[in-house]
Amino acid sequence: MTISAILPPGVILILAGFLLPLLQGHARTAALLIAPVITLAVIWQVPDGVVMSLGFMGYTLTPVEGDTLSRLFATIFAIMAFGGGLFALNQDRVTELAAAFVYAGAAIGVTFAGDLITLFVFWEIMALASTLVVWSAGAKAFGAGMRYVSIHLLGGVLLMIGIIGEVAATGSVEFTAIQPDTAARWFILAGFLINAGAPPLSAWLPDAYPEASWSGMVFLSAFTTKTAVYVLLRGFPGADILVFVGLYMIFYGIVYAILENDMRRILAYSIVNQVGFMVCGIGIGTTMALNGAAAHAFTHIIYKALLLMSAGSVLYMTGKRKCTDLGGLFRTMPLTAICGIIGALSISSFPLTSGFISKSMISQAAADEHLFVVWMALAAASAGVFLHAGIKFPWFVFFQKDSGMRPEEPPWNMKAAMVLFSFLCIGLGVLPYPLYAMLPYPVDYVPYTVSHVTSMLQLLLFSGLAFFLMLGMLKRTLTITLDFDWFYRGLGKVLAKEFDMRSARAWGAMVERLYDAVVRFVGTLYRHHGPQGVLARSWPTGSMAFWTTLLLCACVIVYYF
Amino acid sequence: MSEPDHWLVRPKTIRMLWIVFSIILALLVLSDLVVHHHAHFGIDGTFGFYAWYGFLSCVVLVVGSKALGAILKRRDTYYDD
Repeated sequence: MTISAILPPGVILILAGFLLPLLQGHARTAALLIAPVITLAVIWQVPDGVVMSLGFMGYTLTPVEGDTLSRLFATIFAIMAFGGGLFALNQDRVTELAAAFVYAGAAIGVTFAGDLITLFVFWEIMALASTLVVWSAGAKAFGAGMRYVSIHLLGGVLLMIGIIGEVAATGSVEFTAIQPDTAARWFILAGFLINAGAPPLSAWLPDAYPEASWSGMVFLSAFTTKTAVYVLLRGFPGADILVFVGLYMIFYGIVYAILENDMRRILAYSIVNQVGFMVCGIGIGTTMALNGAAAHAFTHIIYKALLLMSAGSVLYMTGKRKCTDLGGLFRTMPLTAICGIIGALSISSFPLTSGFISKSMISQAAADEHLFVVWMALAAASAGVFLHAGIKFPWFVFFQKDSGMRPEEPPWNMKAAMVLFSFLCIGLGVLPYPLYAMLPYPVDYVPYTVSHVTSMLQLLLFSGLAFFLMLGMLKRTLTITLDFDWFYRGLGKVLAKEFDMRSARAWGAMVERLYDAVVRFVGTLYRHHGPQGVLARSWPTGSMAFWTTLLLCACVIVYYF
Repeated sequence: MSEPDHWLVRPKTIRMLWIVFSIILALLVLSDLVVHHHAHFGIDGTFGFYAWYGFLSCVVLVVGSKALGAILKRRDTYYDD
């Protein structure tokens, strides 16, 4: 009997989150660092199969059901909670830390959910907790948080519709591999894909995440999109549409990141791009591709968190986030720069970094399946990743021009978190086999062949050449790029403005008409009753006598006849 | 007061870096003469494929992005007012 039979591993982290606001100083530090470790220990003790089950409204819920895939994702989420907690030790907004731990715990809850109802409950806790993480950055993040939660609640509603339809049709709440072949299943898929950052609603991610605090975005980058990858891996392996959705996300991320000026929005777009690789792999659906997607999610969480820690450190020390304001920081922040570069090389899947041993499995799967167009697109995208994140981020933040700023390195805990995750990036890149052993299917793949290393280096270094030759075209400007979110941010405003203008005109016309009517009425009144009015004249006595005489005459005449 | 340039940004160093970078690029392309690539589609086994394809992809992506940016770019206070 394991602990997880009584207490789901994710709930441990959720409880720790609720405890955090009650703690101060060293006690809080200890809770932040120990809770993820305990959670990780419990995760590794979850055996295969149903561990906990309970009845609910006639259905059998399985809040904890373990297998390799669950443990893989739960493990990386717990590691992330630890690394994020370490990085955020000096974050004085305790709401953010508490929300982040509840968020991480809910993500772990999703990975062990054996049924759709449990999954939905944890899914919604994630949406609420992550919104709190965004909001705890302060008043400026309110609008972005509101848009974020609206999109996620919409996703939740779609998922709920799908789950109800699925349960009504099959009578089972079990969460197993399905295909999008009924309306209900399409709704489930849509709910999952919204959290993955899929089109057309991808904009929620680069809109909201960069508005979080310097530490908040580190947490946010890890859980929502990767739980979506997890549920797609388990629920829709081999669904063809995911190949195209994934490819769209890959190129969307690259193009928007190339045009972006805000360093953390560049990294946000590259989350969509990287999740695109995973979604594409899930769509290909062979064991190699699914292993690749799972491995890539694992490595991605680490190097993306590392990149965002590096960016977060820069934001924390300088208060600046735009590339146009930054540059030349390598002089006084060498450690932050080096860690950022290690993250950047990992995301570009440079040999000896973690990205190299995970992303290449997805390309390999495309090649094995003879998907020529997909393979060519993935290769082009690998070059594009180096361009938009691998070089662009470190170049514009740490080199480029001398911004004149001479910030110091961040506090020790932030440095420690970056160094830890840098070691993980390189460690997994050099020794991939422990990770391969944790993947859902047996791995028959050797990443380090001379051919693979030289071809990857050619692809990447020539992309680097292209970057520096086209530096003029990549110069940053004070701009943003319109996206689908314009429909709910810009269009509404335009309509409101138009309505405002037109209603003002209508009001004006109405007032004018009313005024005219009043003026006319008063005019008529004046004409009849005014000093010169027919009904208000003072009549001379003579005319009175005249009229009386006339009337008397008339009486006489009438009487006479 | 002007501090001396960091050694990494001196023109001499940058020129040196370009030379070293060019040599590495040339060696990498030449390595195709000896390394056998297991080609899945044919084109991926040709000489210098990854070099020109990587370069070309980036050029297309940057030019394409610029074209899209010409339509979709707005000043970054667009949503603020």
